Amino acid sequence: MLRFVLRRLLSVIPVLVVVSIIVFLALRLGPGDPAAILAGDSATPEMIAAMRAHLGLDQSLPQQFIHWAAQIAHGDLGRSITSNQPVTTLVASRLEPTLALALATIVFSIVVATPLGVLAAWRRGSWIDTLASGGAVFGFAMPAFVTGYLLVYIFALKLQWLPVQGFVPLSEGFWPFARHLILPTLTLSTIYIALITRVTRASMLEILNEDFVRTARAKGMPERIVLFRHALGNSAIPVLSVIGIGIALLLGGVVVTESVFSFPGLGRLTVEAVVARDYPVVQGIIILFSGVYVLINLAVDVSYAIFDPRISY
Amino acid sequence: MSAVVTSPTVFRSTVTILRRHPGLLFGLVVITAMVILAVAAPWLHTVDPTYIRPRMRLKPPSAAFWFGTDSTGRDLWSRIAYGSRVSLIVGASVAAISLVIGLVIGMISGVVRKLDGIIMRIMDGVMAIPAILLAIMVVSLFGASLHTVIIAITLPEIPRVVRLTRSVVLTVRGEAYVEAAISMGTPTPILMMRHILPNILAPVIVQATFTASAAILIEASLSFLGIGTPSEIPSWGNIMADGRNYFQMAPQLIMIPGFLVALTVLAVNILGDSLRDLLDPRFARSVGDAQ
Repeated sequence: MLRFVLRRLLSVIPVLVVVSIIVFLALRLGPGDPAAILAGDSATPEMIAAMRAHLGLDQSLPQQFIHWAAQIAHGDLGRSITSNQPVTTLVASRLEPTLALALATIVFSIVVATPLGVLAAWRRGSWIDTLASGGAVFGFAMPAFVTGYLLVYIFALKLQWLPVQGFVPLSEGFWPFARHLILPTLTLSTIYIALITRVTRASMLEILNEDFVRTARAKGMPERIVLFRHALGNSAIPVLSVIGIGIALLLGGVVVTESVFSFPGLGRLTVEAVVARDYPVVQGIIILFSGVYVLINLAVDVSYAIFDPRISY
Repeated sequence: MSAVVTSPTVFRSTVTILRRHPGLLFGLVVITAMVILAVAAPWLHTVDPTYIRPRMRLKPPSAAFWFGTDSTGRDLWSRIAYGSRVSLIVGASVAAISLVIGLVIGMISGVVRKLDGIIMRIMDGVMAIPAILLAIMVVSLFGASLHTVIIAITLPEIPRVVRLTRSVVLTVRGEAYVEAAISMGTPTPILMMRHILPNILAPVIVQATFTASAAILIEASLSFLGIGTPSEIPSWGNIMADGRNYFQMAPQLIMIPGFLVALTVLAVNILGDSLRDLLDPRFARSVGDAQ
């Protein structure tokens, strides 16, 4: 088990190296002078020259890359062009809304989607199956901003139950914090719920045909335990892995959802940075999000070994 | 004469297929309607979609302006009709380009085993960057134009096609007829084109439909964020971006294009699902999910 964890940990390294090469090369091989791009639109020729010296642009590409990667490894993502703050400081100041939104979405989606997928498979062809499978197809097709505005229209503008937009930090009280989080969470959850429901249903359908399920039923095991312990426990792996893979969708959805609800999080920061052509910030966020995605999938893979004792690497 | 004799049979078998796969019919009808809308836009009661009428801002729907006007008095119906072109062009181009590039890289990876490791590591790396963010990075570097948007959306879709192609190639490689061809000394390019390509086309075409729908969604998202298709080109995402500040007064500016994006994506996805059932009945049965 320890050997498996170690080996899986090592396999993360090439992925992270490739991600950083892509982000690095995009700037160096893109149009224009990287020093001019990194120094910003209002930079003087002296500032551009200083940036060129700082980046070591006279060195060979591999040397530049190692220099740059070493900086990142030390937690230095460079400075923002527009505010001149370190990118890490900027990111830290925008972390809370994004973290709250992402965690609320993951928890809510799993709580809704797993039982829904189990019930849909259990009562295959019934109204609940039609609802879950049809809903999943719709959930995939709905753009997050359309869902978001639809929810705002119903719950904020017409019923006036919830605020239209904005974010309140947890330090200003739980209730205001939660009220502002409800609609964004519902918005971002749509596609994630669709994904998890569909995979749970499909893998449950397969497991429910297995002999051990029939045996469990035959010996008079309560259906609830058959479903949630025997069957769901055995279909946990595809469900877990889709939760991990779905993180990429979730992180992409964060950008759109935060924009709809004026959340001052990392997604908004990304859009602001792109509009201002603040490339170091865009670069930093992409490296951070990709790192999070890779690490979560690492955690998912390691948890397989816990969920399924048959897996020994 | 033979055409007259065979056509009723062809017609009847088409009807049978469509009756067995209602999703196929739904998808085809919606996509055909969208194509007609895009191609015939100039003749469908439209005016210049970029013409600004300062005194006709945010008008409700009327006989002259079927869907009303936007924040600068442009005709919403005309903008939506012309905007369908962007969605369809982006969807079709991204699907076609990523299909071709993905097929080539995937086949090389599956056949030339020496390159397999490095190609797959690169694909893992690309897939580790969330699709929208990778697209945003490309747009932020190269500036927004329709070409950049298409390239930016294609890039993250390529690894999915590569992985699929590679996995099918690896399965096909074990088949007796491929081993026979190898043992007869068939050159690798011919092996790929004649023996392997025909077998992997069906699943890859199904994948292409899902790529197209993802591309339509991402283009709309990028444009909605104001970092996609240039704002002077009417596109569904741009119409929604424009409508954001007027949502309380004129929700139709977001709801109508939003509904059309959702409908198109839904139709393409359902078409893909039905194609998968149609082209690969084994897969549909094994998943036990024929909808």
